[in-house]
Amino acid sequence: MFENYDELNEMQIDMLREIGNIGAGNAATALATILDEKVDMSVPSVRITGFDEAVENLGGAETMTVAVLVNFSGDAHGMIMFLLNVEDAKSIMDILVGEDDGEDGLSEMKISGIKEIGNILASSYVNAISALTGLTIEVSVPYVAIDMVGALMSVPIIEFGAIGDKLMFIEENFLGETNDLKSNMIMFAEINTLKCIMQKLGLEI
Amino acid sequence: MSQSIVIGISDYKLAKGPEVLVTYALGSCVGVCLYDKVSKVGGLSHIMLPDSTNFSNRDINRKKFADTAIVDLVDEMKRAGCGNNRIVAKIAGGAQMFEVQPGSKLGAIGERNIVCVKQVLNQLRIPILAEDTGLNFGRTQYFDLATGIMKIQSLNRRIEEF
Repeated sequence: MFENYDELNEMQIDMLREIGNIGAGNAATALATILDEKVDMSVPSVRITGFDEAVENLGGAETMTVAVLVNFSGDAHGMIMFLLNVEDAKSIMDILVGEDDGEDGLSEMKISGIKEIGNILASSYVNAISALTGLTIEVSVPYVAIDMVGALMSVPIIEFGAIGDKLMFIEENFLGETNDLKSNMIMFAEINTLKCIMQKLGLEI
Repeated sequence: MSQSIVIGISDYKLAKGPEVLVTYALGSCVGVCLYDKVSKVGGLSHIMLPDSTNFSNRDINRKKFADTAIVDLVDEMKRAGCGNNRIVAKIAGGAQMFEVQPGSKLGAIGERNIVCVKQVLNQLRIPILAEDTGLNFGRTQYFDLATGIMKIQSLNRRIEEF
């Protein structure tokens, strides 16, 4: 029985990787539909890291990043973040809206478009897990912010880092083939949620 | 300027002027600068959570919580020669990074961190000379131990000195 993220064994980590694969696979399909182009997804990484290392892995503490955050609750508790850089966020919205609005940064309208995309992707991810496990999972409304990635990550770090000094998240990178659009999705879950999902999938813990 | 000393999340360090301490991208966490201008010894603590007492049945990292980190840092500063009544504080961070619905615990954590940091400093009778807290943006916090000046850098904002 594990009580901390760093006590997960190889078999359990493999199962989390598979969960990421299924959740993010569903999200990648949704993204491909939205963008109307092929979206490649990386092999999911299950990262069990210190807090600073987690931020470093996402490009360094001060890197300006667009983040959409969705909480999930019900039978499973966690958080999904959809992250992308400002340029890629702008490009995605240019594709969807049709043309550049001439603004340097992201206009309010574009930000709210990205928020909605993050919402659709996170819901797709959670729905896949829900279908797989039979758990009833509700998702919150999406929240969006543009800031230093370290500051944005303080939110899940505080939420999931209270016990122990390690954070666990499942990460996938998406690449839109035609326009080289990069984004990534990370999923955090409470320890008890991980146990619950594993038990539902028949793993002895 | 010489290389700054970097303080990670839920860590603290102390040093002496002319060193500069820095902690990057504070979001809802709070950075607490403590300083004795006579000895020029100072410390910076990157606090993640307000209160360790909910976790008292476990092995905790004392540098993570306001109620333990600040007390320990003050002890270390006193052992390093800081006078009892000379330590002063400047604090930053405790932002609400995402605009969540009112009443959500996610939104309140930055505020709770600030409140708890102030309580602990008050109990230790350490005056807060300056603060740049709350609102909705990340902050990188520099603390210059030659002068005791705290410098705050944020995206798309002027650098502010306190």
